Amino acid sequence: MSTTMTMAKAINAGLRAALESHPNSLLMGEDIGSLGGVYRVTEGLKADFGADRVMDTPLAESGIIGTAIGLALRGYLPVCEIQFDGFVFPGFNQITTQLAKMHSRSEGALSAPVVIRIPYGGGIGSIEHHSESPEALFAHTAGLRIITPSNPQDAYWMIQQAVDCKDPVIVFEPKRRYWLKGDVDTTAPTSDPFSAHIVREGTDATIVAYGPLVPVALAAAAAAEEDGRSVEVVDLRSISPIDFDTVTESVRKTGRLIVTHEAPTFGGIGGEIAARVAERAFLSLEAPVLRVGGFHMPYPVAKVEEHYLPDIDRLLEALDRSFAY
Amino acid sequence: MDVGHLPASEFDSAGLEQSLMGAPELNPVPDMVQLLTIDGELRQDGTYSSYVQDLTPEELRGFYRDMFLVRRFDEEATALQRQGELVMWVPLTGQEGAQIGSGRALLPQDYVFPTYREHGVAYTRGLELAQLLRRFRGISHGGWDPREVNFHLYTLVLAAQVPHAVGYAMGMARDRLVDPKLPEAATVAYFGDGASSEGDVHEGMVFAASYNAPVVFFCQNNHWAISVPTEVQSRIPLANRAQGYGFPGVRVDGNDVLAVHAVTRWALERARSGAGPVLIEAFTYRMSAHTTADDPTKYRLSADEEAWLDRDPMLRMEKYLRRQGLADDAFFEELREEGRSMAVRLRENVQQMEAPGFADAFTDVYAEAHPLIREELDAHRRYEAGFADAEPAAGTATPTSREHNA
Repeated sequence: MSTTMTMAKAINAGLRAALESHPNSLLMGEDIGSLGGVYRVTEGLKADFGADRVMDTPLAESGIIGTAIGLALRGYLPVCEIQFDGFVFPGFNQITTQLAKMHSRSEGALSAPVVIRIPYGGGIGSIEHHSESPEALFAHTAGLRIITPSNPQDAYWMIQQAVDCKDPVIVFEPKRRYWLKGDVDTTAPTSDPFSAHIVREGTDATIVAYGPLVPVALAAAAAAEEDGRSVEVVDLRSISPIDFDTVTESVRKTGRLIVTHEAPTFGGIGGEIAARVAERAFLSLEAPVLRVGGFHMPYPVAKVEEHYLPDIDRLLEALDRSFAY
Repeated sequence: MDVGHLPASEFDSAGLEQSLMGAPELNPVPDMVQLLTIDGELRQDGTYSSYVQDLTPEELRGFYRDMFLVRRFDEEATALQRQGELVMWVPLTGQEGAQIGSGRALLPQDYVFPTYREHGVAYTRGLELAQLLRRFRGISHGGWDPREVNFHLYTLVLAAQVPHAVGYAMGMARDRLVDPKLPEAATVAYFGDGASSEGDVHEGMVFAASYNAPVVFFCQNNHWAISVPTEVQSRIPLANRAQGYGFPGVRVDGNDVLAVHAVTRWALERARSGAGPVLIEAFTYRMSAHTTADDPTKYRLSADEEAWLDRDPMLRMEKYLRRQGLADDAFFEELREEGRSMAVRLRENVQQMEAPGFADAFTDVYAEAHPLIREELDAHRRYEAGFADAEPAAGTATPTSREHNA
């Protein structure tokens, strides 16, 4: 049974399903109740589930994550919304020193299955702190799982799979794709949320993308086809853990790899993928792994962000360099 | 009211008065609640005496016994650190009154979120004290299963446990909405004067007030955040801060085990009943160093330390027990003997504690199977296996008894 909906609606429907199937689940965040969130992702949920389960919290990210940890220790399943990527940092300490370590420091006695939703990424013409991609900062912390859907179908299921997971999960939601429409099959879950998907098959090169850049990678692959190049596109879906098996297998087939993300390339996920592929499939590589990402600067002002964000042209230029090597 | 001064209209002032009800002091500088003078005389207090009047002689002797054994434990742990058996120790000497008094006010269903010096509270929860030393022996980041004694793991990132205590208390209140037959329960968030400056104390108190959570904030003001005196943390008594959040704050003589017990019982009963949070500031003194790595001679005068000797929480309880004829020399001698044998058992127990294998560190990073953990563990094992023919080196990993679930 398939329904067409936007990604925002898909997450809304996924949260609704989680609230229905888990009586101990609850949503926490700033403005998520009556307003339905600044992106309306939680619209209507307070009306249907009540203020006790869809909680408008005080404006304090560390307090949101910290009390969510306490609720989780008591047996609840809190799903926290951080309003914007750049506002997660007041809660960074709670996420990295407390949430990520609760299971290991208690030697498995305790778990803190908190879900944290973070709208992330740029391309929305907004102001400072509203367009960032901080996923690598969290991926570096053991104990966290990080996933990012790129389409409504994944969004619907991955948010529910995050709630089901016994580990803490951060769901990075590509905010500029909230209005992207797609078919959602509410009867059959997508596969393992921590696996990568090949979303376009190809034979000459691989582009690994995730979240907001998957549609960009697909468009670049379509453009490359006009030049006679067959480009495979891998939607990473999970940033921690990373499905290196799927990525490596693709590179063994194509011999060329471009990794793209909005986050700065330095110290980013692309570097980690390049290193792993070099370790696992060095002899399959026809060219060095290339990264197309953000620059080593604070996210630029809206009027020039198009030069910062990876786009079709930058991906095609990287493909040219790879093929010219 | 002066013309031009309008009352704040956004608050339900009746509700606010309700939430401040029971606050014994709303003055800028609150009196400190004291029931037992340093000479061991029991004073009467209109609000709090009733919370200790029902204590039996056995229970009163028990307070002294608890403090004695916990201090003896503290001395033994310090010695164990000096002898290289522990990597570090955090002494509690001087704070026994605050910890035993509050700990003995807890009910089994209550849940404690300590910082890292609450050995006395741990003891009142029934935690085997040797378990506390696993962390300080460098063989565990935890040391016990918190669910067995409702005493959370020590938290070293200051004040990070405070919002946890609030969230847990919110959960307790929610539980009772679903099942009203569950016993009323509360959490206690312990922290110190130093940690009171951390943002998490503020955010925790905001949440606690907003959701009327059954939590007692128990601040042990021991005067020193390592080397920095309390005056640098706050320009007003810490208990006064509660007013800003809209719940009562009480300053209690932290070296008066009976007063601490009474105030904490009052606060816990209030919280459990659904009347909301309370902040207790236990005014005490860290008679020893911050940790075994600290040197207080660098930042405070020995005269200051000596000034607190008379206020030792054990001295005044001993005076009270003797004065009331509740304990004699034989009681104290038996206790010393009990302390000696406890220390011997503790020492034996600690010396038998073995380090885990390194491979165990992979085991509980995640609750569910994780491919990177499995890959790195496999690589580690292959590396170790490469030395199979060599001499086994002490402390290196051997196949673990706790296999990763991947």
